[in-house]
Amino acid sequence: MSHKGSHLTRDDLESIEIRLLLEAVYQHYGYDFRKYARGSLRRRLWRRVDAEGCKTISGLQERVLHNPVAMDALLMDLSVNVTAMFRDPTFYMALRSRVIPILRTYPFIRVWIAGCSTGEEVYSMAIMLREEGLLDRARIYATDINERVLERAGDGVLPLNRMQTFTQNYLRAGGTTAFSEYYKADGDRARVDNSLLDNVVFAHHNLVSDGSFNEFHLIVCRNVMIYFDKELQDEVHDLLHDSLVNLGILALGNKESIHFSRIASRYEELDPEEKIYRRIA
Amino acid sequence: MRTQVMRYEIVVVGSSWGGLGALKVLLGGLPSDFRLPVVVAQHRSVDSRDKGLASYYDARCQLPVCAVEDKQPIDPGTVYFAPPDYHLLIEAGTFALSVDERVQFSRPSIDVLFESAVDSFGSKTIGVILTGGNPDGAEGLLAVADAGGFTIVQDPVDAEKPDMPRAALETVPRPGALLGLDEIPPYLTKLAGEIA
Repeated sequence: MSHKGSHLTRDDLESIEIRLLLEAVYQHYGYDFRKYARGSLRRRLWRRVDAEGCKTISGLQERVLHNPVAMDALLMDLSVNVTAMFRDPTFYMALRSRVIPILRTYPFIRVWIAGCSTGEEVYSMAIMLREEGLLDRARIYATDINERVLERAGDGVLPLNRMQTFTQNYLRAGGTTAFSEYYKADGDRARVDNSLLDNVVFAHHNLVSDGSFNEFHLIVCRNVMIYFDKELQDEVHDLLHDSLVNLGILALGNKESIHFSRIASRYEELDPEEKIYRRIA
Repeated sequence: MRTQVMRYEIVVVGSSWGGLGALKVLLGGLPSDFRLPVVVAQHRSVDSRDKGLASYYDARCQLPVCAVEDKQPIDPGTVYFAPPDYHLLIEAGTFALSVDERVQFSRPSIDVLFESAVDSFGSKTIGVILTGGNPDGAEGLLAVADAGGFTIVQDPVDAEKPDMPRAALETVPRPGALLGLDEIPPYLTKLAGEIA
């Protein structure tokens, strides 16, 4: 992001331009970023402004409205979240100790990974369920707003240069065999074992505008809602709550507390540190 | 009681190498009636325990110290730490987090924190750059200066690692105050009491 001084001050004009751009994107393309948290959104928009060689957010608006390729690039920048295999290993430890025993009591398990991005979380979940002997009776629904990353997620491709980190994460997450069992090197990439994805359904779903589509025993929605403003967070919390079976489990990112949401009283804490909650009402 | 409009509403602090010791002096030197929220981006390991750092300082400060969670309200007279491996941003009245790419190889990034503070608080922002071994924070401090906020840089001679304050002095050659570490808490206390 470049710093030309003036756009870093609180600037009403900039606020107007951001509002107009988001409204235009919504009306023309149907993607609704109007209730995204402003700070990160603003940084990502300015990154696009710079990358497109524009001078202002209004300039970006013109580009995006008249050039779908520019819209595609904007969508990538606004919707793709950084992820990793077994990100936050302690979270997976907690899933194994607190959540797996509950899932074991169901004959069939439906898991929703909401905002699956490039798929790393999906593969991690599939690996863990397999190691716990539950993958065969589970179905994982992995959804994202962005069709392009969904395609990538469905391909099961991982960058080879991150395998060392992923392997460390896997071990610290309580992995019971060797991480190398789960992928094959393929040139400069790695491909996850295809059988891991047998029970995974990748589907387009927009948390902002689409409704509930099933009832789940476990919903994982980590570091997705941090990009939403308070109002949108509450709306999405309603959607997730509606999509859980009674006593279903909701897992958030480890800095996303349900305490600041109006729906807090409908959950009990299973693991307060790891932000794992259970629907009780 | 008549409400007075304060000149400043928030303090943002950036530190890296040597910051843990420096923060003990800075935060420990703020009085219990300090009026403003103090938000700290300290570079640290991805694996470091978030609550550990907050409780370490909580035991050594007169102000309450806490680790931030997403959408937590910003209260006056409270010290907040950016969690490891997240960017910390300031929105209207609450914090927000992001896991976007590192900025200047850092997450949390001091630039991200400072620029978002300026976006919400404008000229009512006080930015403080302490010791550190990289240039993160220099752009953020410039944003504070450009918005008419107050800028404080720890004197590089006084810093455990001079690179970060030096980088800040390159973008903001004449900060509001260039101070030794010990001088910063009383200076902040004076600024925090100023009426608009």
